[in-house]
Amino acid sequence: MSVQALFFAAYRDLLGTKALDVDLPEGATVGDLVAALRGRGAPFDALPVEPAVAVNRAYALHSELLQAGDEVAFIPPVAGG
Amino acid sequence: MIHAAIVHDPIRNQDVLAHVGADEDGATVLFLGTVRDHADGRPVTGMTYEAYEEMATPVLHEIASEAGQRVGSDRVAVVHRVGDLAIGDVSVAIAVSSPHRADAYDASRYVIEEIKKRLPVWKKEHYADGAQEWVEGTVPPGAGAASLTPKDAR
Repeated sequence: MSVQALFFAAYRDLLGTKALDVDLPEGATVGDLVAALRGRGAPFDALPVEPAVAVNRAYALHSELLQAGDEVAFIPPVAGG
Repeated sequence: MIHAAIVHDPIRNQDVLAHVGADEDGATVLFLGTVRDHADGRPVTGMTYEAYEEMATPVLHEIASEAGQRVGSDRVAVVHRVGDLAIGDVSVAIAVSSPHRADAYDASRYVIEEIKKRLPVWKKEHYADGAQEWVEGTVPPGAGAASLTPKDAR
């Protein structure tokens, strides 16, 4: 299945991309997605081991199961205001 | 009414205030967050704000609704600007009205503190020496490592 990973602010600068389609096995979790990306090597391995994420625009834990077509945003520590 | 928006153009105070106020209200609080000219003693010349807009808009609305519920008022308006801002520009405006001042102050404070905790917005400082850096932020609650869940924290 394919999910869309989104990167903002410092993470986008780090990776040089805003969005990426990632293929994962059925039953994959957020944690699996993070591991798959970090496993690609530089610069992806510079992402935190446990980054904050939002799945379909709601904050989520790494144990959350992903579905095909999910939008998974990698959220650097927030600094609004 | 509850009003929440992420905007790209300069924020006008009157537009934000127009969303609050009622005959029963004796207090209106307007909070403005502005870009300051220094950070940790380092001269700052401007700030670039970025948002995950598709998520930030509903989160901002949720924060404003919670603030209103705390004090029993539905007159809460919050607008956050993104893009390139200059020193003195308003980055966030929060207007609350309620029958009595304590509730308006309380709700206003709640909105800005929750923005800092969980609104998916980031800012990059531009320094006088030409350098730029993303401002150190806060990890939102409920996002990230499973090891942070109460079950595993025991």
